[in-house]
Amino acid sequence: MKRKLNGPADRPGTAGPAVVGWQEMPRGCVILNPGNALEYQTGDWRSFRPVWDENLCIHCLRCWIFCPDDSIVVRDGTMVGIDYDHCKGCGICARECPPKVGAIEMQKESGA
Amino acid sequence: MGQKVALTGNEAAAFAMRQIDPDVVAAYPITPQTEIVQHFSSFVHDGRVRTEFVTVESEHSAMSACIGSAAAGARTMTATCSQGLALMWEMLYIASAFRLPLVMPVVNRALSGPINIHCDHSDAMGARDSGWIQLYSESAQEVYDNLIQAVRIAEHAQVHLPVMVCQDGFVTSHGLENLEIEPDEAVRAFVGEYRPEYHLLDPERPITMGPLALQNAYFEARRQLAAAMHEAKPVILAVAREFEALTGRSYGFFEAYRMADAELVAVALNSTAGTLKEAVDELRRQGTRAGLLKPRVFRPFPWEEMADALTRPGIRAVAVLDRADTNSTLGGPLFNDVRAALFDAGRRPPVKNYIYGLGGRDVSFAELVSVFGDLRATARDGGTDTPVTYLGVQPRRSGELAAAGTRRR
Repeated sequence: MKRKLNGPADRPGTAGPAVVGWQEMPRGCVILNPGNALEYQTGDWRSFRPVWDENLCIHCLRCWIFCPDDSIVVRDGTMVGIDYDHCKGCGICARECPPKVGAIEMQKESGA
Repeated sequence: MGQKVALTGNEAAAFAMRQIDPDVVAAYPITPQTEIVQHFSSFVHDGRVRTEFVTVESEHSAMSACIGSAAAGARTMTATCSQGLALMWEMLYIASAFRLPLVMPVVNRALSGPINIHCDHSDAMGARDSGWIQLYSESAQEVYDNLIQAVRIAEHAQVHLPVMVCQDGFVTSHGLENLEIEPDEAVRAFVGEYRPEYHLLDPERPITMGPLALQNAYFEARRQLAAAMHEAKPVILAVAREFEALTGRSYGFFEAYRMADAELVAVALNSTAGTLKEAVDELRRQGTRAGLLKPRVFRPFPWEEMADALTRPGIRAVAVLDRADTNSTLGGPLFNDVRAALFDAGRRPPVKNYIYGLGGRDVSFAELVSVFGDLRATARDGGTDTPVTYLGVQPRRSGELAAAGTRRR
């Protein structure tokens, strides 16, 4: 399957029609709403996906500490999953997961 | 009312900076601008300003530090010339794109090579399209007055663009002149306090500056910058009116000297306009209706107003003097803009270009008078087949030197 390129208008900061008219754009292309990186889904950059095995996980949270994209989802001090909308598939979590635990495995994306 | 003092162009710039008392100055010295930084650092040392003075290792760093400072909401200034301005080049575009109201004296000096430290306008003309407002100054008085006004123009909510205030290297920067200065309090009241709408150090309102803007946002940001240049025009005039109310000194987009009934008109920036006024006066004494149009504002380019001024029915020929070349084979940057401004006028005079004074080559009174002599011929014959003339350049001296050598022996 051919990887889908960024579609029009569904990805702020990429190709497609203008996200905002020049008369409404904040002066100097400043972004006024904080935390907007959430809107930018970088998950489709991934060629390898981390697959988490809940049964093996010891919840040491090393993956959470090292993830550069805040894509390890933790609730009440417990690893609960991976945010595939933003995970770029860098593999750092799989590498940092202790070898004797091995709860995260990188698998090739089907479209990659 | 002002007080009369004697200052060089560089001292006038440093004096204005002391009165403006910016929050931050990050600067690097370069001839012939060095004295501005030197005098200003003395003011810092002596506690005469509250400015945070940042010494940096290059002009690229100076402009980068200024961008960071202005983005953080501080009123920020620097100064440079020539190679220093060239080294700032990539950062100039970022300062204007971030819409940061920096103010920067530029002491016009030739760009290398060959290496040269003297006056021409190739440095500032290289930054012509950078999105900075450019004001040009004939004298130390105009340097002082333009700098004070520049703060208000740059920081105006409808503008928010950086401004460079140009003066001629050595000619103006190192020449001692009488000028009128305003009291410190008057200048401080005039520039007021800088309160940006948003900035990076506001914890109540976190923002992102300098985001990646690709195909779906870059064009809009650039279009907005172009609009700010349009907005700058009325603001420049409004600030000038306020400045005149304070000082009695009047400014516009350009100065029209003896233009009311002029037939032959010269257009020139900075200090050469002073010599041209003498030439115009001399020609008037001889019965020639000469006039001078001296642009003060080059960016934004006041093309409509300039076209109006230069297409008045009495005007028979125009000479645009450029202290820089575009190397396009069609003359200098001022010439190209002036000529383009006249294109849509129904009736327009022939416009000739004179490139002069590169690398500080002196331009004499006699040479400037000869330009009007040329214009008289152009007006008589109509049009010209040599639109571009290099004024005062030496084509060949070998015969003369050989002759001198013979005499010496």
